[in-house]
Amino acid sequence: MALTAFFFYLFAILAVVSGAMVITARNPVHAVLFLILTFFNAAGLFVLLGAEFLAMLLIIVYVGAVAVLFLFVVMMLDVDFAELRAGFIKNAPIGLVVGGVVLAELVALFAVYGFELGVGKTLAAAAPEAGSGITNTEALGRIIYTKYVYFFQGAGLVLLVAMIGAIVLTLRHKEGVRRQSISAQVNRHPAAAMEVVKVAPGQAIVPSSEGQG
Amino acid sequence: MINGVIEWLHATLPLPGWADWLWWLVVYVAASLAVLLGLLVIIAFLLLMDRKVWAAVQMRRGPNVVGPFGLLQSFADLLKFVFKEPLIPAGADKAVFLLAPLASATFALTAWAVIPVSENSWGTWVVSNLNVGVLYLLAISSLGVYGIIMGGWASNSKYPFMGSLRSAAQMVSYEVSIGLVIITVLLCVGSLNLADIVNAQKTGIGTSAGLPGSALDWHWLVLFPMFVVFFISALAETNRPPFDLPEAESELVAGFMVEYASTPYLLFMLGEYVAIVTMCALTTILFLGGWLPPIDVAPFNWVPGIFWFMAKATFVFFMFAMVKAMVPRYRYDQLMRLGWKVFLPLSLVMVVLVATVLHFGGLA
Repeated sequence: MALTAFFFYLFAILAVVSGAMVITARNPVHAVLFLILTFFNAAGLFVLLGAEFLAMLLIIVYVGAVAVLFLFVVMMLDVDFAELRAGFIKNAPIGLVVGGVVLAELVALFAVYGFELGVGKTLAAAAPEAGSGITNTEALGRIIYTKYVYFFQGAGLVLLVAMIGAIVLTLRHKEGVRRQSISAQVNRHPAAAMEVVKVAPGQAIVPSSEGQG
Repeated sequence: MINGVIEWLHATLPLPGWADWLWWLVVYVAASLAVLLGLLVIIAFLLLMDRKVWAAVQMRRGPNVVGPFGLLQSFADLLKFVFKEPLIPAGADKAVFLLAPLASATFALTAWAVIPVSENSWGTWVVSNLNVGVLYLLAISSLGVYGIIMGGWASNSKYPFMGSLRSAAQMVSYEVSIGLVIITVLLCVGSLNLADIVNAQKTGIGTSAGLPGSALDWHWLVLFPMFVVFFISALAETNRPPFDLPEAESELVAGFMVEYASTPYLLFMLGEYVAIVTMCALTTILFLGGWLPPIDVAPFNWVPGIFWFMAKATFVFFMFAMVKAMVPRYRYDQLMRLGWKVFLPLSLVMVVLVATVLHFGGLA
């Protein structure tokens, strides 16, 4: 269909261009914004593939949460551009070597196996036939919660450990900080907090006990 | 899309085969424009209603000069915003500064592509009847934060930046509880499609007791705690009072909007109100039975569904306006406490509870 082809090229070109902008943009905040645009276009490609569940998840998780926190951190950092560029020249050979190795591996893999890898086969087998009335949300759920349930739970556990680890590393109990305890405030009785004092003319009020009021 | 009508037209019109995609393009553009236009006009009057309710609670008259009863006030405001001079601070990042309000308004309006407003023999009245409609709405509402955070950063000024940081943390926090509340509804329905969610509310407590379909069947009654949590989270998610800390005027002047004037400011306001109306519509769909009549007997079920939908959404908006008028602003740490220590555990427990009841009650 003409429209599908049009949108494929639109999303693909935008994804590649904004991906390139991520690494060439001088301002780190602009780089993150381009990264977000890349995510968007990847989500668009997922929709064209018919994987709308993955597309929405990509936007909710990566664009809606991860990239926001990323943007948060980059905005708060005081980035020195001159230093950044000096580091670029120094680290460029290492980056090129790593990138080259990964590229070579990918090319070698696809040259030997093409798309006939085990993973590709499993995914193809899992996809519901067209017209079976199963949405891809349901199809994914059927695989993840049956065949791969232990891997799925394991992945969740890894994330949980990472989250608890981050909390443990940053948790500090400061001394002398007054914290609000809502239940204590709500449960406080007027009789314990207030006192009606009859003031005689010409006399000062002397607090009857400490710690009240 | 009103499929019935469109397919009938498609079959009737003598179109050559190669022009098929052109036909769908025209249909979708026309449908989108119709939704957009209707939405913007309704929002103009909802904005007025917001101010009128606020005024009435404070025993003022509210806007009453432009048009009868001040009905045209929003249009006068629109003209004023458009004709003012747009100011861009010298230290601002121009491109991001102008992109922010645009993104804010666009993302907010995009949500309406999947919101079904009625259903009858012609089909569901929606631009795109997505299978993952709820996820789409969740995704779009989580994008709303970008307009604010970009605007705050690009202004290159202290108060806007503080406002945008607050807002980012606030919206990310309350999305979590909104997501979990939506999961409880999805557990009861078994579909991510918004039209299916409404249709699932045709039967429920009332019909199982032998009554005709009524408001008792809707999710607000079965999932009442979640209804309350969702309403409050929706207030926080859309930065409405009492959770309007990103723009708390006593602390941050106008928050992330400080440096904005003229049309960019208008776009921010528009984005905010569209997001609020979206949340009202979503509350209507998830908990208040969408376009279903309150009692499924004549003469109530003669009324077109879109009327019920708008009436319910307007009622939710009225509640939003009343909250704004009556409740004092939260402190920021209290807001975070409410989101993470009250709503998150509560909604998590409810997800487990609802799933357990559905599973062992043989309901799903």
